[in-house]
Amino acid sequence: MSLVKVTIDNIEVETEPGTTILQAARKIGGKGVPPAMCFYTSLEGSGGKCRTCLVKVTRGSDKDPRPMPKLVPSCRTVVQDGMVVQNITSPEVLQARRAITGFLLLNHPLDCPICDQAGECYLQDLSYDHGLAETQTIEERRTFVPIDIGDKIKLHMTRCILCYRCVMVADQLTGQRVHGVLNRGDHCEISTFITRAIDNDFSGNMIDVCPVGALTDRTFRFSSRVWLTKPFDAYRDCHKCSGKTVLWMKNDQILRVTGRKDKYGELESFICNDCRFEQKNVEDWVIEGPRIIERHSVISQNHYEQM
Amino acid sequence: MGKKLLLQHINEPGIQTFEVYRKMGGYASVEKALKTMKPDDVTEEVKKSGLRGRGGAGFPAGMKWSFIDKKSEKPRYLVCNADESEPGTFKDRYLMEKIPHALIEGMITSSYALGAKTSYIYIRGEYMYIVRILEKAIEEAYANGFLGKNILGTDYSLELYVHPGAGAYICGEETALLESLEGKRGNPRLKPPFPAIAGLYACPTVVNNVETIAAVVPIINNGGDEYAKIGIGKSTGTKLISASGHINKPGVYEIELGLPVEEFIYSEEYCGGIWKGRKLKAVVAGGSSVPILPTNLILTTAKGEPRLMTYESLSDGGFATGTMLGSGGFIVMDETASIVENLYTFARFYHHESCGQCSPCREGTGWMEKILHRIEEGRGSMKDIDLLADIAKHIEGNTICPLGDAAAWPVSSAIRHFRQEFEDHIKLQRCPLSR
Repeated sequence: MSLVKVTIDNIEVETEPGTTILQAARKIGGKGVPPAMCFYTSLEGSGGKCRTCLVKVTRGSDKDPRPMPKLVPSCRTVVQDGMVVQNITSPEVLQARRAITGFLLLNHPLDCPICDQAGECYLQDLSYDHGLAETQTIEERRTFVPIDIGDKIKLHMTRCILCYRCVMVADQLTGQRVHGVLNRGDHCEISTFITRAIDNDFSGNMIDVCPVGALTDRTFRFSSRVWLTKPFDAYRDCHKCSGKTVLWMKNDQILRVTGRKDKYGELESFICNDCRFEQKNVEDWVIEGPRIIERHSVISQNHYEQM
Repeated sequence: MGKKLLLQHINEPGIQTFEVYRKMGGYASVEKALKTMKPDDVTEEVKKSGLRGRGGAGFPAGMKWSFIDKKSEKPRYLVCNADESEPGTFKDRYLMEKIPHALIEGMITSSYALGAKTSYIYIRGEYMYIVRILEKAIEEAYANGFLGKNILGTDYSLELYVHPGAGAYICGEETALLESLEGKRGNPRLKPPFPAIAGLYACPTVVNNVETIAAVVPIINNGGDEYAKIGIGKSTGTKLISASGHINKPGVYEIELGLPVEEFIYSEEYCGGIWKGRKLKAVVAGGSSVPILPTNLILTTAKGEPRLMTYESLSDGGFATGTMLGSGGFIVMDETASIVENLYTFARFYHHESCGQCSPCREGTGWMEKILHRIEEGRGSMKDIDLLADIAKHIEGNTICPLGDAAAWPVSSAIRHFRQEFEDHIKLQRCPLSR
């Protein structure tokens, strides 16, 4: 199959047929990559929900050069040969993105100072890049009755943006999904219906795929701000998963174990709960070296001076 | 008197039963189609008729049928959308309740055209009593050989099921309907792929409104050309209008498309004028989602021509001065009606019914409701009006399905045409029209 040519923000790139606009933009890289809060490459059917990655297609293809009438989600729109896309070069796209950032923050508690996700939170990054400095709303924010979903994962429903990633992890990675989205509209809630623990070997990946602080690691809860810990690539022989992880350390102490995420927050491979929650001694691991965080974020500070 | 094609036998005693319906010429289209026509001929007649989808969007039905993927080896489905939930729309209920066999006859003829061996009527859960009416009618059709194996001795077989929803407006959106029919949460799907390629159980599917399917019956009986003679331009045939609000005679009327709006509101044959001798203030012409229009713009277009009940005439002038025919939910408001209060009711509805899948609609609908509540109660501020318009603008077009648009259009149109009333609410710190 021959490659298709697509132009994004005046930069031309050739990609495999069937690639989405978002993947094509990631191939170019840099500032022209649309933010993606719900799309996740390895989760089938993800994307299209958060609407932060909306882009403008000013030319459909060589065959049908008409522009697309509405902004389209770049994560789920497949490129055509000769397509021309505007992302950050379109004021309309930027305006929509600013509005959607506002919608996502409308009921968000903005409790970053006490949120474990702060520093590696995609909603934080999004609001730095696209949010307004002042709030437009005077309404009371929505709250939920907190539920307990087990001793390993902490659920803060008020922070959730309903990306459905954790639901897809449970569907596609674990034997049985015991949680899902209940109710409708802005009362939607990630829940186990009848309160029960989410307990299976791979449930911890829900934490890694969560773009915000709705699902956080209970074993790491309030231990440290993430940017004060130092990430190291490490591995161990594990019969359940690849065993390739990142250890987040303070001095000699392992505070947290996560999977290895690329700059778009996507895991190279999913890891098991054994690696994530049970192996907190340095002797358990072979440390490969410091992990460079490529993401433009506060966690890319990498404080290695003492090592 | 305008021509009646769907409701002509509505007052016949016992028309609900197979026996009477058959005696009045019912099921003739099935006989004609199955015995004398090829499936593609049926589609061709529907194309010729110019029939447009009666659910709201007005997409040409014949064209929708011709998109169905006939090369696919998967089974094909016809799904009837009877999830009529649009506030102000109650025409399908009337049709199904009074003449259930008209829908079933249309389903058989249409399924034959599409090559569907199994078809579904997805009906809203609140219409439980109609589910029973339809099930009884389907039973009668089976007993008389119009459903089941080898219909009328031909080699065409069809199974027809009624499936009640669980009470969600969103399940009237065709892909959410299919999700719900599959037994999943009724979240709309991202398109493409369209249902004609991958619909129910990822098989080629056509989803049509009740009235659209019922209209196939007269089209096949009399021919598509004959049907196309009724109406004006691309708005052919007859349309059921659910008239409600401050009129003397609310109800369901079958009109020939092309009827002047003024005649529809004021003639004795239809709405019979505004009640209590009051003056007309505004009309929502096609169900709660379409833009509201003030008196001068609903009776005449911006160009000064009389406004007609057609898809084209009602949308003349775009959203700046026009609206849409939509599903035909015709809501009339007299001079005592509060536009803000009415809009708050609509906003509350859309907030309640948003599925919550995509962020602009999930968060925006609730936000608009809260602001409107504030204004209606007299706690609003002037900048709230612009904020409302801004929220509506950013929901519109940015969502997965049309519910976002449906929530935004009433808000933006009310502010466009009745801004003064919003300002009065804020200045007086109360609703100037409340009882």
